[in-house]
Amino acid sequence: MTGYAFPEVLVETDWLAAHYADPGLRVAEVDVDTAAYQEGHIPGAVGWSWNTQLCDTVRRDIPSKEAFEDLMAASGISNDTTVILYGDNNNWFAAWAFWQMKIYGHSDVRILNGGRKKWIAEGRPLSTELPKLERTSYRAKGPDFSIRAFLPQVQEAMRNHAAALIDVRSPQEYTGEILAPPGLPETCQRGGHIPGARNVPWATACNEDGTFKSCEELKKLYSVQGVSGDKPVIAYCRIGERSSHTWFVLKYLLGIPNVANYDGSWTEWGNLVGAPVERGKAA
Amino acid sequence: MMNPTDYQERQLELAGWPVRLTSYRLGDTFYCRADNVSPGAWLARTTGRTREEAESKALERAQQLLSRTRRVPEAGPRSS
Repeated sequence: MTGYAFPEVLVETDWLAAHYADPGLRVAEVDVDTAAYQEGHIPGAVGWSWNTQLCDTVRRDIPSKEAFEDLMAASGISNDTTVILYGDNNNWFAAWAFWQMKIYGHSDVRILNGGRKKWIAEGRPLSTELPKLERTSYRAKGPDFSIRAFLPQVQEAMRNHAAALIDVRSPQEYTGEILAPPGLPETCQRGGHIPGARNVPWATACNEDGTFKSCEELKKLYSVQGVSGDKPVIAYCRIGERSSHTWFVLKYLLGIPNVANYDGSWTEWGNLVGAPVERGKAA
Repeated sequence: MMNPTDYQERQLELAGWPVRLTSYRLGDTFYCRADNVSPGAWLARTTGRTREEAESKALERAQQLLSRTRRVPEAGPRSS
């Protein structure tokens, strides 16, 4: 992990295997496949559901401060707890949870490098037992929306190029050939990308085993697309979870200070009446 | 508590899309998961008494989902 701007936000599987039962530490699993936790999880880990607990289930939004506090309290997490997040799909929704925990000001939150995939591939223990949790009285801070981009900011960035727009979806989604990842329901009216956005698929930041690439590899990957930290960056995907993964890479591994995740992403932009859309190859 | 064993990954093409199959054994059960390779989204998770059974179920479900994926043609004038 040498060379990352904030190496303390990552833990390795061998470290976690030795520490998952430590007092003052809580492991939380967040998967795309919300039933994977029941199949078996890291012993003592809580499971969070991205589509019921890490969002507002009525309006399209992240959970309110009160709902977030309730989730943390029910998960036995105090303000000074070290939280280790992991999940499937190379930590898509673990990064989503990390982003939310930073919006609400949790100081010590980390991601398991390689996520669920690496833990299983290495044959490490899984449990189906639910952890016994003692409710806390958690107090969230913020929200800090400097790390969250809303539609007007993205529209402004498209117009005046004040921020680099990074589309982290697959090349076929970016060009407009398909409207959602293969096999998933189409959730937008139009395909393509925000004019001026560069395509850097989220997965290009990962190794085959699910771990993050080295700092040098990541720098090279993003700098050729004009992302070097000299101006703000806004990352987006389809619903905001893949772009939270890229947000994590840019902000915490590369140390770019001004990075925001546009969680409205393509399901907002691609459904807007009259929104400009670019199709085809990168600009 | 159990330790997963016999972890295996392989890629194949299904309905014109590259798919990754991941399987492993946990106790007496084999688990299989199918993802599209790009962008890496989850398609199916299945179980079986053997790896072949779990993979076969995952492939069937993934095939159903992938066959519904529509490729959008470039916009342009229509001709009859």
